[in-house]
Amino acid sequence: MHTKTAHELHSLLTNKEISSLELIEAVLAQIDKSEGEIQAYVTVTKEKAIKQAKAADERIKAGKSLSLLDGIPIAVKDNMCTKGVLTTCASKILANYIPPYDATVVTKIKESGAVMVGKANMDEFAMGSSTENSGIHLTHNPWDTKRVPGGSSGGSAAAVASNEAILATGSDTGGSIRQPASFCGVVGMKPTYGRISRYGLVAFASSLDQIGPLTKDVTDAAILLNILSGYDAKDSTSVNTPVPDYRKALVDDVAKMKIGYIKELLGKGVDKDVKDSIKQAMKKFEELGAELIEISMPTFEYAVATYYLIAPAEASSNLARYDGVKYGHRSKEAKDLITMYSNTREEGFGDEVKRRIMIGTYALSAGYYDAYYLKALKVRTLIKQDFEKAFAKCDVLISPTCPTPAFKIGEKTADPLSMYLSDIATIPLNLAGLPGISIPCGFSQNLPIGLQITGKAFDEETILRTAFAFEQNTEWHKRRP
Amino acid sequence: MTVSKKDVEHAAKLARLGLTEQEKELFTKQLSQILEFADSLNKLDTKNVAPTSHAIPMKNVLREDKTKPFTDTDAILANAPEEEEHMFKVPKILE
Repeated sequence: MHTKTAHELHSLLTNKEISSLELIEAVLAQIDKSEGEIQAYVTVTKEKAIKQAKAADERIKAGKSLSLLDGIPIAVKDNMCTKGVLTTCASKILANYIPPYDATVVTKIKESGAVMVGKANMDEFAMGSSTENSGIHLTHNPWDTKRVPGGSSGGSAAAVASNEAILATGSDTGGSIRQPASFCGVVGMKPTYGRISRYGLVAFASSLDQIGPLTKDVTDAAILLNILSGYDAKDSTSVNTPVPDYRKALVDDVAKMKIGYIKELLGKGVDKDVKDSIKQAMKKFEELGAELIEISMPTFEYAVATYYLIAPAEASSNLARYDGVKYGHRSKEAKDLITMYSNTREEGFGDEVKRRIMIGTYALSAGYYDAYYLKALKVRTLIKQDFEKAFAKCDVLISPTCPTPAFKIGEKTADPLSMYLSDIATIPLNLAGLPGISIPCGFSQNLPIGLQITGKAFDEETILRTAFAFEQNTEWHKRRP
Repeated sequence: MTVSKKDVEHAAKLARLGLTEQEKELFTKQLSQILEFADSLNKLDTKNVAPTSHAIPMKNVLREDKTKPFTDTDAILANAPEEEEHMFKVPKILE
């Protein structure tokens, strides 16, 4: 039963064909079976989950189900604060951190009745594209355990793909939901900036970070998006616009829809199998009555460079709080306060985090601010304008989520730039604040390929409709490792 | 842009980040590579372009200046690396 989707399980639960306790036990058994190989979790909250599942069963029995997710097992990325449950951000500096409060998304999950199974592994502070930067342990791709699951939400994607959770939350700063979804053959959505509250999400790059769902199909993505979305007074960047019922957007009809395909993302540097899969997807949309339009995004080639100035700049500022005073690791080798700060940070942060703090501090420092940080903010405007021009001509944009399928563990760790370039298709959306989804659209040998669908700001509905129509007319999402 | 070891040491000092000699060497090389890559942005003319700090237009959000008690201070202090009399303890600041 743990191989089913949340909406299928909801029917089984309400028809009393299964209980939430049976379901959670099936998921926990799956964790026992495959976690040794996959290592998707930092923490498994077994006892709490069993208790919550029993409570869900009581509610369902009484006909007082809280939501479509009541009694459904969910994994939460380990950068979202969970009251009383270890929240490490996969960093040694937070290895013992137990938050005194819940992130708003965690509160919403609890209110939905969904049962948290555990905290999912990730790249340290969400900085990475492979989960190899986790300060806790590696996570392996369920399709080929010698390969990375993607990142930074690699634990979340691997948990869903290996049935160690029914669905999961992730966070996406430059592709951290969509890229692991693509690598693990699941659905991953980054909503519009401001759609979901980030209160209690450990901050990485505040003008880019956004929380979103990782699920087995598009319907589950809409269901979880319904639960997570909405304005929150505790997050000053959350946007106060009404939240539609995203399930109503799940219509199998793209007739007359204008779908733009991004020319630059079907060119050089993109794997042949990936290109072929996207071209097949384009053909499928045409068969379904959509109009395909070629779109050029001339500034896309500058997006990665822009991102790797802006994100580290914001990170260097956000991560200043890890000073060993109020929480987290503190160096024992410290005679005075300044040495305590720098020793604590030296011991607590991993290589990639240090690298980004260094880039960011340098780009913001006197003499370089205009040349790097300000320049990047201006290019960000140009990238945003490219999207505006594109959306004057079409309803959604499609492209590969990643230029390649999942790469091998260790393949890119020695060369940070080559790792950064794997985010070329996902980064532009974060810079422009736009929503996007990655859905399975093919395979290269036995490795999944993801199709990215990008929409206008706060138009998650058209994305979901396009994704749903594709899913209804293809079989890719049904394949499991 | 070539970054020198001195630049790396300066940035590390600003960031209060201790680095080993080996890390200094590595970051000198890698920061040069990354900033060289970033120099590609100079191919774009941005003279008359306004910077975007947030993609979605935002206004500063203010709330009433009223304190709200947080009741579980014990849970906060439980995370303190060092605590004394319900306060965070740090190494000596002044001689």
